[in-house]
Amino acid sequence: MSTAPRLTALDTLHRSLGATMTDFAGWDMPLRYASERDEHNAVRTRAGLFDLSHMGEITVTGPEAAAFLSYALVGNIATVGNGRARYTMIVREDGGIVDDLIVYRLGESEYMVVANAGNAQIVLDALTERVSGFDAEVRDDRDAYALLAVQGPESPAIMKAVTDADLDGLKYYAGLPGTVAGVPALIARTGYTGEDGFELFVAPEHAEQLWRALTEAGAPHGLIPCGLSCRDTLRLEAGMPLYGHELTTALTPFDAGLGRVVKFEKEGDFVGRAALTAAAERAETAPPRKLVGLIAEGRRVPRAGFAVVADGKVIGEVTSGAPSPTLGRPIAMAYVDAAFAAPGTEGVGVDIRGTHEPYEVVALPFYKRQK
Amino acid sequence: MSNPQQLRYSKEHEWLSALEDGVATIGITEYAANALGDVVYAQLPEVGDTVTAGETCGELESTKSVSDLYSPVTGEVTAANQDVVDDPSLVNSAPFEGGWLFKVRVAEEPADLLSADEYTAFSGN
Repeated sequence: MSTAPRLTALDTLHRSLGATMTDFAGWDMPLRYASERDEHNAVRTRAGLFDLSHMGEITVTGPEAAAFLSYALVGNIATVGNGRARYTMIVREDGGIVDDLIVYRLGESEYMVVANAGNAQIVLDALTERVSGFDAEVRDDRDAYALLAVQGPESPAIMKAVTDADLDGLKYYAGLPGTVAGVPALIARTGYTGEDGFELFVAPEHAEQLWRALTEAGAPHGLIPCGLSCRDTLRLEAGMPLYGHELTTALTPFDAGLGRVVKFEKEGDFVGRAALTAAAERAETAPPRKLVGLIAEGRRVPRAGFAVVADGKVIGEVTSGAPSPTLGRPIAMAYVDAAFAAPGTEGVGVDIRGTHEPYEVVALPFYKRQK
Repeated sequence: MSNPQQLRYSKEHEWLSALEDGVATIGITEYAANALGDVVYAQLPEVGDTVTAGETCGELESTKSVSDLYSPVTGEVTAANQDVVDDPSLVNSAPFEGGWLFKVRVAEEPADLLSADEYTAFSGN
């Protein structure tokens, strides 16, 4: 079966900018506009503008919206303040990760759940099933929003040129409704790059006006349009997991080193509680593989699925790998046997097309911004 | 983009210069370089290696992928571009000039190399 790729509201604009497009989770998305390394470096040092309209928005409303989300997800959504956001996950009954999510609390009893594009339908279906018995409503809002992101150290200055919203009062992982470049937007201080930045949820018909205004306001600050290629290297340097790579249904949040998102102390039952209780204990006493960072000594690039080796034996698997523009060397995230997971472990390599290339085991992230 | 008229081209997106004392310079086209994205690693054949037309003789790695490098001709390698090994971005910034990859003393060349116009039509660029 093949279906035509979905196009974002900015598709024509991307093509006029000369973007190289790529299929991503059924969407035709900009991979890069020119050099992905230049785009990466712009976000690290100045600012970049992204179209992330493929992300899946699901709205949850109703008197029991918070109680429902605390049941359906692993986090304690009841403790999320109005105007704040929370990184969380949705798991199966067996604890396997269905997706990682950001939940924004938009009002007293209104939340927006943002899922990965490739999982949006699955998450929507799961929430729709789990809402049964709660006085809450789950609404598919994927077509209601375009999503633009301004990321990088110059992003606050750029945003201040196009909005009167109180950005200084807007903390990391917070969101507020406002007007940006004359269009109504949900302004969130979130991102997936390891830099300060903003994500702007707007009606699709306003996306182009907003893009053009940000491009203009950003030009003096060195802002350039950025594609998904650099988004991937930015999040990899920042040690952020990507669904389908570091996160899969075969893993629990504890396996992924993200057990902190699971809140056992919250009131009431939640989907996956029993399985995750066991997973937490296993991670404590007999951890299986652990997620680590690898930095190449040479220049050949590890890719997802490549074997991690030591003493001629396979001890793990690369989940994401790329040349790191910031470090100037190839880097990877990999699950490795616990015995080889300590930073500085000697003798670890990656099998790159038959050659065992030496790699240094390091703690994640590879890059942390100076605040 | 324009493909230089004095070069000939393979369907694997390599270019081949006119012979000088029997030696051809080989690189990849601008179209291929753009399709790869930023090249970050180049493994080139070594001087003295014998390369065979249509067979792999190295690899070019970019941010998103790795691609085999094919030789468009058969012969002995007389030079490999150390500048590209040191700075693979030359393949992107100057694919037809400073980003050349290797030189071959041509023993045999296939009959199906393309002219610049034929390659432009073939690649759509």
